[in-house]
Amino acid sequence: MIRLDSQGIILVSCGLFEKKLTRRVTEDVSREFHYPVNLKECSLDISEFYNPGRRQYDANALLKMISEKAPRDAVKILGMLRVDLYIPILTYIFGQAALNGYAGIASLYRLRNEHYGLEPNYELLIERFSKVIVHELGHTFGLIHCNNPICVMRSSTYVEDLDQKHKQFCHRCMAELDRIEQMAQ
Amino acid sequence: MANRVSILIVDDEESVRDSLYSWFIEDGYHVECAENAKQALSLLNEKEFDIVLADIKMPGMDGMEMHRRIKALARVPIVIIMTAFASVDTAVQALKDGAFDYVTKPFDPDDLSHLIRNAATQVALKAENENLKEKITSLVDVEDILGESDALKKVLKEVESVAQSNSSVIITGESGTGKELVARAIHSNSSRKYFPLISVHCGALTESLLESELFGHEKGAFTGATFNRKGRFEMADGGTIFLDEIGTISPKMQIELLRVLESKTFVRVGGNKEITSDFRVICATNRDLKSMVNSGTFREDLYYRLNVVNIRIPPLRERIDDVPLLVNHFIRKYCTSMSRDLISIEPAALKHLEEFEYPGNVRELENMVERAIVVGNGKVIRLKDLPMGKEVISSSIESLEDLEKKHIAKILEKYKWNISRAAKALNVDRATLYNKIKKFNLKQE
Repeated sequence: MIRLDSQGIILVSCGLFEKKLTRRVTEDVSREFHYPVNLKECSLDISEFYNPGRRQYDANALLKMISEKAPRDAVKILGMLRVDLYIPILTYIFGQAALNGYAGIASLYRLRNEHYGLEPNYELLIERFSKVIVHELGHTFGLIHCNNPICVMRSSTYVEDLDQKHKQFCHRCMAELDRIEQMAQ
Repeated sequence: MANRVSILIVDDEESVRDSLYSWFIEDGYHVECAENAKQALSLLNEKEFDIVLADIKMPGMDGMEMHRRIKALARVPIVIIMTAFASVDTAVQALKDGAFDYVTKPFDPDDLSHLIRNAATQVALKAENENLKEKITSLVDVEDILGESDALKKVLKEVESVAQSNSSVIITGESGTGKELVARAIHSNSSRKYFPLISVHCGALTESLLESELFGHEKGAFTGATFNRKGRFEMADGGTIFLDEIGTISPKMQIELLRVLESKTFVRVGGNKEITSDFRVICATNRDLKSMVNSGTFREDLYYRLNVVNIRIPPLRERIDDVPLLVNHFIRKYCTSMSRDLISIEPAALKHLEEFEYPGNVRELENMVERAIVVGNGKVIRLKDLPMGKEVISSSIESLEDLEKKHIAKILEKYKWNISRAAKALNVDRATLYNKIKKFNLKQE
């Protein structure tokens, strides 16, 4: 049952995304979390988060900015990006979120087949992006990594890992999500 | 496993600490952070961590120095050194100092996950190893040999003192007295306890089988030897070999055994390569080896080689005071294994058990208690549940005269003291019966 008591989950597109992609992602998020999903566009300049030394964007700083700009009546907020993300300790990341936090971010940059010298596959790209977004939002709801190889909460460090798992929660994570939600209410 | 592993992150950069914290917390680990070595050491003194992920370059005490101090703690965690300034020298030094691994920032996400997973596996293996060591230690302790009689206390004292040495031991005692249990107790209390205790029942094997069993064999050594096989001496390397029923081995095997005991080297059957094994020998027998030496059926040199220490286990009839303790132990053991409530034993049944002779020793008592639990009413062991309870057969030595007295009394009772009928039944004349009644002072009740 969809809950309508707030703005629900807000997906903020930082950059240009095709309608087909945003529609599919919105459907996937809505199905997994049972909240209304609002799609918003933002025209923020993210160049200040660019690290010329690493030629990547600072995910922690972006996450902080998204969190600060978000409306307070949203359940969660997630920033959709097209840039290469990093955190100080890692060479790259697909997405970032604070466990039990309010905000998350996810990037398309390393999800494209072309990045790995392969033929473009748009459908696969959408699937991968949905998985990263659902995974990061899962963290914001308090879910940790899951050992189930097909659960969306399975940790993924390569795109191949993303392709192995489904974009849904396993029964255990689903039950845990329900438990967390009930406690919050 | 993951949610039990605790990680301490030590780095002066807040962004690094926060990033690592978020990364590991999402994997379900317990994570804490320290911004310098001093704070980390203080945390490590307060609580235990499984893994420490420490930066090398920190103001004040650096990561390498902190690692050296961590090694002095009572419980040393796995230390992973990380730095943004990679150099082969520091990496080598960190590993020489005992660091689990060395990583350069920034890491590939997959490398970091693997590194921590490997360290967590190491933590789990270490914990498992400690648990197993504890289990081995408690497997057969001297306390497991039950009894409070002086005779048994003497045996236990001997076990404790002999366990620490490396000398050969002969355990003598009747069948069922617990010779193998004593051998296990010696092994479990010795410095060889983390190595195997290999038991060989010499009496159960023919000469050729025993040879192949003890020394192993090469493929094709004899018909049926389709593969190479390690012998028991080889398997016992570092540990103890227990040779039960040593008195039954053939003269040829006695020579072979003597040679192996003296050189600790042997050759597999059908092989030509000399194998060395470091083992301790414990033997057991219910025969009188000294008499066998005198009669020439057991080699004197082998006897003296084996008989460095001799432990004699008294038969149960010599420590009958231990029966109640043993009965309670077996009741607990079998009720637990049969998933039944603990039952008691009625005084009459216990008294009968205390009066029994036990030619089969503790093993016989154990079987009696097990049987009584199986056939009994599940609440209490009664006299009739014991094999000897139905018809009291005391195996205590009775004279012919005692038996004669009992039998005459029984016949007289049967014929209600009718002397003629009783004499007829006993196939004696009346005068003889009168004389016997007078002699045994039998009276009608």
